[in-house]
Amino acid sequence: MVLKAFFPTCCASADSGLLVGRWVPEQSSAVVLAVVHFPFIPIQVKELLAQVQQASRVGVAVLGTWCHRRQESEESLGHFLEGLSAIFSHEPWLQLCRERGSKFWSFKATHRQVPASPGAPGQDQVMLIFYDQRKVLLSQLHPPAALPDHQAGDATASAGGLAAVFDTVARSEVLFRSDQFDEGPVRLSHWQSEGVEASILVELAKQASGPICLLLACLLSLISAASTSRVFKLWPLSFIWSKLSTCEQLRHRLGQLTLIFSTQKAENPAQLMRKANMLVSVFLDVALGLALLSWLHGKDRIGQLADALVPVADHVAEELQHLLQWLMGAPAGLKMNRALDQVLGRFFLYHIHLWINIIALLTFHIYCFYVYGARLYCMKICGLSSLWRLFRGKKWNVLRQRVDSCSYDLDQLFIGTLLFTILVFLLPTTALYYLVFTLLRLLVVTVQGLIHLLVDLVNSLPLYSLGLRLCRPYRLAAGVKFRVLEHEAGRPLRLLMQINPLPYSRVVHTYRLPSCGCHPKHSWGSLCRKLFFGELIYPWRQRGDKQD
Amino acid sequence: MEVEQSFSDICGGRLALQRRYYSPSCREFCVSCPRLSLRSLTAVTCTVWLAAYGLFTLCENSMILSAAIFITLLGLLGYLHFVKIDQETLLIIDSLGIQMTSSYASGKESTTFIEMGKVKDLVINEAIYMISAIWFIFLQQKVIYYLCILLKDPVEPHGISQVVPVFQSAKPRLDCLIEVYRSCQEILAHQKATSASP
Repeated sequence: MVLKAFFPTCCASADSGLLVGRWVPEQSSAVVLAVVHFPFIPIQVKELLAQVQQASRVGVAVLGTWCHRRQESEESLGHFLEGLSAIFSHEPWLQLCRERGSKFWSFKATHRQVPASPGAPGQDQVMLIFYDQRKVLLSQLHPPAALPDHQAGDATASAGGLAAVFDTVARSEVLFRSDQFDEGPVRLSHWQSEGVEASILVELAKQASGPICLLLACLLSLISAASTSRVFKLWPLSFIWSKLSTCEQLRHRLGQLTLIFSTQKAENPAQLMRKANMLVSVFLDVALGLALLSWLHGKDRIGQLADALVPVADHVAEELQHLLQWLMGAPAGLKMNRALDQVLGRFFLYHIHLWINIIALLTFHIYCFYVYGARLYCMKICGLSSLWRLFRGKKWNVLRQRVDSCSYDLDQLFIGTLLFTILVFLLPTTALYYLVFTLLRLLVVTVQGLIHLLVDLVNSLPLYSLGLRLCRPYRLAAGVKFRVLEHEAGRPLRLLMQINPLPYSRVVHTYRLPSCGCHPKHSWGSLCRKLFFGELIYPWRQRGDKQD
Repeated sequence: MEVEQSFSDICGGRLALQRRYYSPSCREFCVSCPRLSLRSLTAVTCTVWLAAYGLFTLCENSMILSAAIFITLLGLLGYLHFVKIDQETLLIIDSLGIQMTSSYASGKESTTFIEMGKVKDLVINEAIYMISAIWFIFLQQKVIYYLCILLKDPVEPHGISQVVPVFQSAKPRLDCLIEVYRSCQEILAHQKATSASP
């Protein structure tokens, strides 16, 4: 297999020294984590590596030598470096070399145990892959590769070779703790942070976050204990609580806040993202609410809205009156049964007259009309179906819940036929009223549904993850991509490994928060069935309601 | 080493295949699709604007004209950024994996990398392709060849979990595919030989 060396880009201009990292034999690849510079004492280097190995459970070892020739006359350095392989033995021993100012590197890997055979790895069989240490350290692969067995000192490589590289760099964070201003016995070169956070405010915030979280957690637990007390379980309070969507939303947010301020630390990155997403969602909710409130209060807009509501209610009532007049005439050229038409029309008109003064209930009369129309239609359909069965000599057996044959007397048949004829000829009139009011009701239900959807969207959209994908795309990685760097024959192949960020659709799919779930109860088929038979439709049900 | 050859795709358009051999263990194949033709762009723009002008003479609303210009611009930008692929590249690296890149006309690049551990084989497959001639009434069927990567099934050692087609937008003909196939199989054979030995 081709021998691959993963080399951090930050060490490309470092001085000569030893290469420190991890060797993965299954992939035949070496992950270089840092460079140890001269002068050093071998015992101290070994001690440092043992410490790092114990703290991070990654098999860190000296892999080889790194030579960055500044001048032509540093030949002695080469011999010195070769002597080091006797002190730090590693199989295979890597020798990376670079001329100052040159783009081309040389890379040799020597195996001591295997004797030099004709097929020994030459320049063709080695590959240099550069990677950005900071980005690989902070990034997170999706889907997370299930790495086995963190107990073992040197975890065996996972199924994905690249996941092993990411995992090695992430777990060796303890090696990167020393920053550029630290003075230690061993001088290392790797990705270094700028030092402890320079801003005092950030440090104070970090220190204060612990006690604040504790306080808020206690407060929230008190509130949730109070809300589940016996007082609220009495009817009608419990009924109101379950019906109002405000209360449902409040309950949802309370649950989310309890999770955010719980004193347990997030166990894995997915939980951390979830907490962050919830926090941002709560902030957005509060911010939108405050913005709406301030907009309404400015320039007495509430008064203006209330003033506008009265003529709108009047307008709706007027339109309904016109609609009923139209139905009482000859709607769409259909001939209605005059007497029944008048009765139904006058009945509904009377209701409008009753309600024209009630401003607050804009669409309540539509709902009532729908219920009346639906009930009438339903009764009609029931009667028709029963009499139709009479014609065929069958009967509905309530005990067995099926249709059975039955022999009727002559007078039963006669009355049945009469009633059937009457109902059939009155059907178009009732059906038309039912159709019109059902359409109006469906319109109102659609508007309600859209509002529910909007609330759901605000609740479940993972804004923090989307922001992270926008501003720091290397944190959420779908994979890697390679670019071949300038190549010269006879030199080893050089590749640049970059992080391929996760597409936005997958970010939303992976990190979406669980919404409070007001989904339509019916499928399209059952909805059509209910409409045809005149059964009442209540499409929106909260989760946890009893089925009726 | 860089070699360029010209081939044609299944509809008869001209394609250029560029082969770069970086090293015996790394090869790159780049297929460039025919560019956006000025003729079709002019035809579409003229049709949309004539239709908008016709509506304008009916309705006397100048918003229709501005809307038509807006829609044409947005449509062109969307087409260049999301639909029109300029170049498709296949990079195969021994013992690392296979990488497929599509570059769009607006400069956007979308990359997929498949690790060598997941690759079972690279094959040329046949497929039946429907070409609609004359207003979707007469549908003609054609047998075309496409190059695809077979992925291993983690559960079953000899099974195939997925088939990933390569050069989907360019759709080169069999002669081009054979060249790419032969080159890639050399690397895959070497990879299998070295991974089998301990």
